[in-house]
Amino acid sequence: MVDVINKSQKGPFVSLMTGLPGGGKTFLGILLVAALLVPLSNTLLPASSPFHVPTYLVSLMGKYVCFALLALSVDLIWGFAGILSLGHGAFFALGGYAMGMYLMRQIGDRGVYGNPILPDFMVFLNWTELPWYWYGFDMFLFAMLMVMLVPGLLAFVFGWFAFRSRVTGVYLSIITQAMTYALLLAFFRNDMGFGGNNGLTDFKDLLGFDLQATGTRLGLFVASLIALAFGYLVCSFITQSKLGRVLVAIRDAESRTRFSGYRVEYYKLFVFVVSAVLAGIAGALYVPQVGIINPSEFSPANSIEVVIWVAVGGRGTLWGAVLGAFIVNWGKSYFTGSFPEAWLYMLGGLFVFSTLFLPKGIVGTSANWIEKLKNTRQGNPDIGIPLPVKEE
Amino acid sequence: MMTTQANEPIHQDMASILYLDGVSVSFDGFKALNNLSFVIEPGEMRAIIGPNGAGKTTMMDVITGKTKPDTGEVFFKGGIDLTKHDEAFIANLGIGRKFQKPTVFESQTVFHNLELSLKGEKGVMTTLFAALNDEEVARIMEILGVIRLTDKASDLAGSLSHGQKQWLEIGMLLMQDPDLLLVDEPVAGMTDAETEQTAILLREISATHSVVVVEHDMEFVRALNSKVTVLHEGSVLAEGSLDTVQNNQRVIEVYLGR
Amino acid sequence: MRITIKTIIVALLYLMATQAPAYADLTDAAKGLLSKSYSDKIQATEAIAASGDPQAANLLETLLGGDLYATKSDARLVSREKVSGGYQITDIITEEDLGVVESGDLSKIRINNKMRGLINDLLGRLTLLNEDPDLRLKAADSVFKSRPKEMIVPLRDALAAETDETVAGAMRRALAALNFLYGETPEIQAEALLILEEQPGPDVKSLLSAEANRMAAIQNPSPEIQELAKNVDTALAKVEEKLAMLGVVENVFQGISLGSVLLLAAIGLAITFGVMGVINMAHGEMVMIGAYTTYVVQELCRNFAPDLLVYSLVAAIPAAFIVAGLCGVAIERSIIRFLYGRPLETLLATWGLSLILQQFVRTIFGPTNKEVSSPDWLSGTWEITGGLALTYNRIAIILFAAAVLFMLMLVLRKTAFGLQMRAVTQNRRMAASMGIRTGWVDAMTFGLGSGVAGMAGVALSQIDNVSPNLGQAYIVDSFMVVVFGGVGNLWGTLVGALSLGVANKFLEPYAGAVLAKIFILVFIILFIQKRPRGLFALKGRAVEN
Repeated sequence: MVDVINKSQKGPFVSLMTGLPGGGKTFLGILLVAALLVPLSNTLLPASSPFHVPTYLVSLMGKYVCFALLALSVDLIWGFAGILSLGHGAFFALGGYAMGMYLMRQIGDRGVYGNPILPDFMVFLNWTELPWYWYGFDMFLFAMLMVMLVPGLLAFVFGWFAFRSRVTGVYLSIITQAMTYALLLAFFRNDMGFGGNNGLTDFKDLLGFDLQATGTRLGLFVASLIALAFGYLVCSFITQSKLGRVLVAIRDAESRTRFSGYRVEYYKLFVFVVSAVLAGIAGALYVPQVGIINPSEFSPANSIEVVIWVAVGGRGTLWGAVLGAFIVNWGKSYFTGSFPEAWLYMLGGLFVFSTLFLPKGIVGTSANWIEKLKNTRQGNPDIGIPLPVKEE
Repeated sequence: MMTTQANEPIHQDMASILYLDGVSVSFDGFKALNNLSFVIEPGEMRAIIGPNGAGKTTMMDVITGKTKPDTGEVFFKGGIDLTKHDEAFIANLGIGRKFQKPTVFESQTVFHNLELSLKGEKGVMTTLFAALNDEEVARIMEILGVIRLTDKASDLAGSLSHGQKQWLEIGMLLMQDPDLLLVDEPVAGMTDAETEQTAILLREISATHSVVVVEHDMEFVRALNSKVTVLHEGSVLAEGSLDTVQNNQRVIEVYLGR
Repeated sequence: MRITIKTIIVALLYLMATQAPAYADLTDAAKGLLSKSYSDKIQATEAIAASGDPQAANLLETLLGGDLYATKSDARLVSREKVSGGYQITDIITEEDLGVVESGDLSKIRINNKMRGLINDLLGRLTLLNEDPDLRLKAADSVFKSRPKEMIVPLRDALAAETDETVAGAMRRALAALNFLYGETPEIQAEALLILEEQPGPDVKSLLSAEANRMAAIQNPSPEIQELAKNVDTALAKVEEKLAMLGVVENVFQGISLGSVLLLAAIGLAITFGVMGVINMAHGEMVMIGAYTTYVVQELCRNFAPDLLVYSLVAAIPAAFIVAGLCGVAIERSIIRFLYGRPLETLLATWGLSLILQQFVRTIFGPTNKEVSSPDWLSGTWEITGGLALTYNRIAIILFAAAVLFMLMLVLRKTAFGLQMRAVTQNRRMAASMGIRTGWVDAMTFGLGSGVAGMAGVALSQIDNVSPNLGQAYIVDSFMVVVFGGVGNLWGTLVGALSLGVANKFLEPYAGAVLAKIFILVFIILFIQKRPRGLFALKGRAVEN
């Protein structure tokens, strides 16, 4: 009782300072340890050491961290506000393209055609001038602003229309899917000026650091971890605040929330835009680590896959989403390497299994078990917000 | 947001808290409301009865801004045209609504359910940085007492019994401190003892608020001891005390006599 | 009758080739081909055409194809065919088998571009009188395209002898083009113009516009030419107007055709999503399974009953319905029934299922496209007028979609099962207490929706690649159709599919296929904001719960 009142009385800042929800401190601790140990192991230990982390693994893990941030952004809207976006890959890809455009401009005259201004694909298409929307992307700060602004703006416009007209549930899911599908088709077009089918690639350096250099890769890995920690704190702050409780209220009983005097559409819009910006940041960090961004990132299948990371980890638990992203992607790397035929069976099976048998995901389900084991008198409401009995 | 707009016409009937005149709503040719008119005075408790499909819930939808009427006028506190606003705005104006099926935030604690319903600024940013002050905690504790849920404050609302959920929802309405409460079937599924207590609770509330109760349970309506309006096929069939209404020939035909 | 006309024509041709010496027969006439000089060869070619021998056309075609050889030993003209140990040669005129020789024994008769043009012309004239009406039609069209002045007379005669109405029409058009271009008096030209404007087509338009441009460029035109130029302009405007109208008709047809494909893909979804409220992301895979069933049925026919191969497509329709329907029942019983009331979870689980099904098909049939051939009765086009031709398989798909929709409405409205199904969707508990086995109805409803998707697969196998990804291409579109048309309403699905199909085809010429599709998607996204429950939405309280 006192706990419950305290939470509401202290406000989100104090709540966040004094105690993160459900193992949040442990989670941030793990990120910190990884940020310290991985670079040390990579640079100090000899390649023969069993504890040595080779550079390719650093980049692979960096990629997973970006996926984890993307999963976090989906969990924020799906787990807490009940908005199932099947198009979040679009925000990720837009962030990635913004970063890719910066990296393209950094190539300068080192491209195949040696044009100091135009990227190779534009020269190839016989373009003579840089399109206006490529202006400014030679400046890092501008590009970083766009990384957040473009996905945020799209989310704002899309959400403004959708939430204001009260498109909810599966209808919303379907139109988010249509959104990313439309962008996929658009980015495939050469006329769009984003490299068409091939996308943007052959990047050379970032802020003057060679992208192939081990030091840069370690730097990107650590930057991704910082972004993930930052994203986690933002999401925790939101979900711990009264606004977080309004979101859960919207998820569980939208009309009730409306009749309680909340402008549901504004709340959804707010969290949708925050989530899109986080996804954009994830995309921007992903691109330099994999060295390419192309339209396939917009494919609806990618976006749906993100949802399964969250579902496997446990929706509404934040770090469960991160865990899910790591587990599924590790599995993907392993299976596509060793048993490529089996991977789609595995992934498909995972969708079916987790919805049927793990509705609360790994984190939610294990939290239930722990609770049962402890046989405590009542549940700690901080360990994952229980799932609604019925959606909509 | 919270104040009424100055440019709205002031309706002549300044005294009424709720004024419906000639309201019609149809869905695909089916007339849910057909030229419905009635007036609720400030501080009044009114029971509304009627068979299924008489338009009771649609009437509430119209008053709370969920459904826009095809024709007709709906005024609140004399001058505020409710047909021009949405649910959130109307809720903040001071109209609280309890659903037919008890609707609470099941995965949150009873305390937080009440906190979320607290009257006050409900903008996104305000809510993000909101923290309760002592006065507000005291207010929540007071309502917890009123709805007899003090010892359940940190339980999840989903774990409450059906009757307790009904009360919690009424409590959430009270947190909004509305001028007018619309209560849809508050005793459906309650035990006799709970029904009795609910009647007492609503009478307490009506001392300080205007209340409209939609109910089927005649015993309960009698216990409310208020003026009764009978709806039939989307319009008012009869109005008066329960005894008057029960002796009305047409009412007996369509509803009571069955 | 034909013989006499033919003789006259031959005589006329003969007269036209004035510089050619007279030859007794084809063998004689063809001798000139052996010469090294191209002018000799040209003479010989004309003489061959003039010979009137039935083998003349064959000879010229062989010559044109570069397959005509002369034997070095006795200078006979032969065609050759590669066999083991050398070349099998045949006398081109007598069709006598001359045995196998080595390639060194033959010398090729070479032709130049000038000859090539000439041979094409001559062949055109020869075929105007061929016994096969299809070839005569082709010849008439080729005359229209190349428009050689000297063809006026033979064409007029061929037209007089023509009995086939279609061929006569084509000849009339070709003749009109020639008369219009080379007519001796303005009257003849004007008359020809009138005939031409009645036969609108892109080629007539280009002929007229070229002529109009030429006339406009003439300095100080004579009054006759001015008059003619005016007529040409009017005729051109008329033709353009008619073409535009035909273009609209064509677009509507293409749109309806695309719309019926969308309808077929979406109609099963209208049942599972619209009636049951189940978001089946594996719906596209039911379509894919239907297409693979078609393939399997075809292969079975090919191997065990080759005579029935032409009907394999018909047999595939019930087969696909049953296979996909059984898959649907299995999916409903094993997964979906545990997820009722949780639409987002259903969406995810069925998505996973779609991945499994795709991979399963890939494992069994391999990742490459499978060929499902069209039977003869579905190939070919129905040419309504010039510039408007509808392919039979597109027409068949439109009819098939209409039939499927009709049958489905019948099942839903007139059968006991349809009644039970509606009862269960409206009030499950009440239906259960009336003794309806709701679980069974759920499974059957889902099976019906999936089975219809399977039948869509049969149709799609005719116009799309049969590959494991077939269904993926249609899933987003299908959802768009159902959502646009309004959930739970088959008429809505019909209107939705057709209007999206037609809109797409009308946008395509302006925006290109991809951009048109993007526009449509954006339109639907905006439309759903305006009417979240689609075009034919149910209204009122019932929908909310």
